Amino acid sequence: MRNKFAEAIYEIGKKDSKICALVADISPAGSMLDFQKDFPNRFINTGVSEQSMIGIAAGLALRGMRPFCYTIASFSLFRPFEFIRVDLCYQNLPVTVIGMGAGLIYSTLGSTHHSAEDIAIASTLPNMQVIAPCDPSEMKLATTWCAKDSKGPVYMRLGKAGEPDFTQNADNFEFGKIRYLYKGSKIAIITYGITMNLANQIKKYFNDNGLNPSLISNHTIKPLDVNGLTKTLKNYEKIIVLEESIPHGGLSSRLKEIAYDNGIISKLDCYTLRDKFINFYGNHQELLEKHNFSFSYIIKNYK
Amino acid sequence: MQNKINNNKDRCLFFRRKILQISQNVPALHIGGAFSSTEIVDLIYNELMSKTSEKKFNDTFIMSKGHSCIMQYVVLNYLGIISDKQIDEYCKPGGILGAHPDYGNPGIEASTGSLGHGMALAVGMHTADKINSEERKIFIVISDGELQEGSTWEALMMAANLNCENLICFLDHNGSQSFGVTREVHPKFYPIKSKLESFGWETFEADGHDQEDIIKKYNSRKTKKPFIIICNTTKGKGVSYMENKPIWHYRSPNEEEYKIAMKELEIQS
Repeated sequence: MRNKFAEAIYEIGKKDSKICALVADISPAGSMLDFQKDFPNRFINTGVSEQSMIGIAAGLALRGMRPFCYTIASFSLFRPFEFIRVDLCYQNLPVTVIGMGAGLIYSTLGSTHHSAEDIAIASTLPNMQVIAPCDPSEMKLATTWCAKDSKGPVYMRLGKAGEPDFTQNADNFEFGKIRYLYKGSKIAIITYGITMNLANQIKKYFNDNGLNPSLISNHTIKPLDVNGLTKTLKNYEKIIVLEESIPHGGLSSRLKEIAYDNGIISKLDCYTLRDKFINFYGNHQELLEKHNFSFSYIIKNYK
Repeated sequence: MQNKINNNKDRCLFFRRKILQISQNVPALHIGGAFSSTEIVDLIYNELMSKTSEKKFNDTFIMSKGHSCIMQYVVLNYLGIISDKQIDEYCKPGGILGAHPDYGNPGIEASTGSLGHGMALAVGMHTADKINSEERKIFIVISDGELQEGSTWEALMMAANLNCENLICFLDHNGSQSFGVTREVHPKFYPIKSKLESFGWETFEADGHDQEDIIKKYNSRKTKKPFIIICNTTKGKGVSYMENKPIWHYRSPNEEEYKIAMKELEIQS
């Protein structure tokens, strides 16, 4: 998704001279180098200084530009948090902050480089919009929306590399609306971002066992599609929620609120990471297993 | 609207008196830092900034030390950009002006108040102006407290990297902070000038209450590096019992203190 994002921003930047790319010295993907080469005055590397990356982006936006700030999620959101809050959210400026490699993708780099809390933290901020596309195609649509249509700040959680496409036969993408990738019955699996791969595996498991679940990309976490989710809660016998995030402050806890408000409290199975820094060095999948967030762990409940 | 005051000293006295009057309606308005920056802010608005029309500036002003925005408000009020009614409703329900400046209010180009934000905003604005071939200067007033924030130094470096030649900074160096005198509280904050020069800024020092000295230094600029004048000032300048007393960072004078302050300013006119 990293390379696809760089391609998307290059293509959009070619047509729109207001698009700026700011990086805090993250090793750039191929097309980001093309952006730097072809639009040198709209490419800014602030060095290893994330606060100034956000502040400079805000200054650009105050003059009508549409900047994208790009680095690893823990450094694009956590480190300059107060700058995002004051410069971007309080002033309500159309700056997109990209959180690369969010969740536990950088598994062996340790908890300093993980960002299980990003969705919850970004969602606390007034005016902030939070989006986590589930595959490269959805990312391109989301990036285009951020570049052209967004009226305020966006935090966009991205994966790293190698994600397959899941959305070939999906509903049209609409910011702030849940998106059916597949319409089945009785069971709905809802997720966002990098976890679509796991969701798709679980869907296939149900298919192999004679069930036909729906698969939903909840790409926009804020503002949440409360109407769409309420309908889903009402229309299905079971809802399975998957998110590579801490247990609170994300989609799971928001869905529980919606369920409670609608008197529907028995249908939700929520799977998240544990509320723990886990010192374990293995690949992404192996680390997720330590969080009880894996295919084998989850399907045990449906045997 | 206020009649024009041609004499700069009279104008600064007028602003200090106006701030004192407003102070009687609110418990606190950061009077100390407003009085240390009076000559600087007056000079920028009334002498240095270019205009496109009577009430519209081409250049940009950022009060990065946002807690001193009452000084900015009284100047904008004097210029007819902020109304008397808006000043009367300062920090009152229904009013739009608070103790820190909010983007979108008349004459306010960025929300500040959290220290260490203005410099990066200014660098971003300058970069946009370069991209769009807009010819304008960006004047920014920062505090010595802000110069203790790492974010300010990050942005100072970027200003030099990005050749921000139209970025002009005035450091209100009143040398006083909540825990006392900066030289004692934070000794390694000094020296300032050589630090700034090593970060790629052309740097001068001036008496921050002597506008002729500030102008002299302003006109001494030799390079296209970003430009900063360290303005040595006195916190609470103009009112003897306020000068360099940390308590006057924030609070408003009571009735008795107000009378004494007004009398002292009257003698200076």
